Amino acid sequence: MIDPYEVVETIKMISSEHLDIRTITMGISLRDCAHPDSEQLCTRIYDKITRQARDLVKTGEAIERQYGIPIINKRIAVTPIAIIAESSNGNCVKVAEAMDRAALELGINFIGGYSALVHKGYTGGDRRLIDSIPEALASTSRVCGSVNVATTKAGINMDAVAHMGRIIKQCAALTAEQESIACAKLVVFANAPEDNPFMAGAFHGVGEPESVINVGVSGPGVVYGALKELGPDADFSEVAELIKKTAFKVTRMGQLVGIEASRRLDVPFGVVDLSLAPTPAVGDSVALILQEMGLQKCGAHGTTAALALLNDAVKKGGVMASSSIGGLSGAFIPVSEDAGMVDAVRSGALSLEKLEAMTCVCSVGLDMIAVPGDTSEATISAIIADEAAIGTVNNKTTAVRIIPVIGKKEGDSVEFGGLLGGGVVMGVNRFSSEAFIKRGGRIPAPIHSLRN
Amino acid sequence: MRAVITVIGIDRVGIIAAVSNILFQANVNILDITQTTMQGLFTMIMLVDAGKASVDFEELSGTLAAKGDEMELKIRIQHEDIFKSMHRI
Repeated sequence: MIDPYEVVETIKMISSEHLDIRTITMGISLRDCAHPDSEQLCTRIYDKITRQARDLVKTGEAIERQYGIPIINKRIAVTPIAIIAESSNGNCVKVAEAMDRAALELGINFIGGYSALVHKGYTGGDRRLIDSIPEALASTSRVCGSVNVATTKAGINMDAVAHMGRIIKQCAALTAEQESIACAKLVVFANAPEDNPFMAGAFHGVGEPESVINVGVSGPGVVYGALKELGPDADFSEVAELIKKTAFKVTRMGQLVGIEASRRLDVPFGVVDLSLAPTPAVGDSVALILQEMGLQKCGAHGTTAALALLNDAVKKGGVMASSSIGGLSGAFIPVSEDAGMVDAVRSGALSLEKLEAMTCVCSVGLDMIAVPGDTSEATISAIIADEAAIGTVNNKTTAVRIIPVIGKKEGDSVEFGGLLGGGVVMGVNRFSSEAFIKRGGRIPAPIHSLRN
Repeated sequence: MRAVITVIGIDRVGIIAAVSNILFQANVNILDITQTTMQGLFTMIMLVDAGKASVDFEELSGTLAAKGDEMELKIRIQHEDIFKSMHRI
């Protein structure tokens, strides 16, 4: 009736390999909150969020105790605020403050959706929201923002790419005293998913229902532990098979928790995002998995191939384990949040260029990368353009979450704290992209966007 | 509702007695017990039926964990579904 091996394996994954549910994220539509008066708009948003997610934290904690599995974060994603605040007369920052107050009231650490989707162009509301991002993220602590600047269907909005370079620098300047932390809460996307439960890029897409529960699992430590046991002599088909099986187990747990949360909260279950999301904790690292495959350091030649295998095997294992997979689903490589990545940067093994190559084969983009504070707006925009090109051409999501840390130069240490981790400031290419970014306009959609 | 109790730590006199006494007090029925040594640690696994328990799950979980602290063991109780869903199709 009880298989001791199975029980012990599960306990081991949880207690010594950091297996956890990274987040239960409740998506909430705010489409019915729009109002011309700014005060009323904020009241409506605050009221709806606090009403809808009233029991989120309590329920998450009860599920944690029932199954004995840690659920690290309970979070909220809302409809892109640019759409909701568009018809209001006031300053968008007030909406961010209302979101922040709602998050505080509910006891959650992050609320996502201070966002705009401008891949094909701006509306007046989009522009006002994007311009307000620096102040909004600097004056709140829990609000996360994102801007989608490209899709495979629409191409790359280079005006928005240039704009975001400026916005990121403003975010950095406004929070210069705190390692430019506002930039860590801002993601620039290509092909943004509408049901991603992970921060800082979570928002509740316009095609989503009134409310939904999405779950993000984790588990780099578990995959690393399994690979370690497999040993160095196994060939790659055995490695892929083992990762697949491990991803299956991890995802099943996410599915179980998602269904239970959905039942208890009486909110439809959306997706399991089966991303391998590292944390700064020792051993909970995607870089260590790649190194366990035989690379001396993450970033050595072969890293892209290793990551491609990992990303694919995680999806194959996860897809059978859940009725509905979505979000980003793959391996994350946020540098500051992964102790192995930080170590690789520090030892000179991992560069920005190698990370860019890695983003071609994994689920996100350049994530949580600290660069020198004097990096120019145009260089940041050009980094975004490169990632957006990878995303649009390869029909995948890419994102840039980059932190030009004011007052820091290449090689300096930074500390963002908590799950955001810390690390080393990475160097950027010193040649100018100024004239390239100044052109503006739109890079047309790739030919394979014409699929109809 | 069925749950799995795991006790992991250094073997000593009275572990089963202590756990089963708590379960008896809470009107929880033991369905199966197995014990083994895994990675050098004493490991006892119990399948129990907590459907007619006189205390709620969280209280029972707290009492078991406290007993574990007292005996320098790790005692957990988890809904059996987590093990079933993870390992069985």
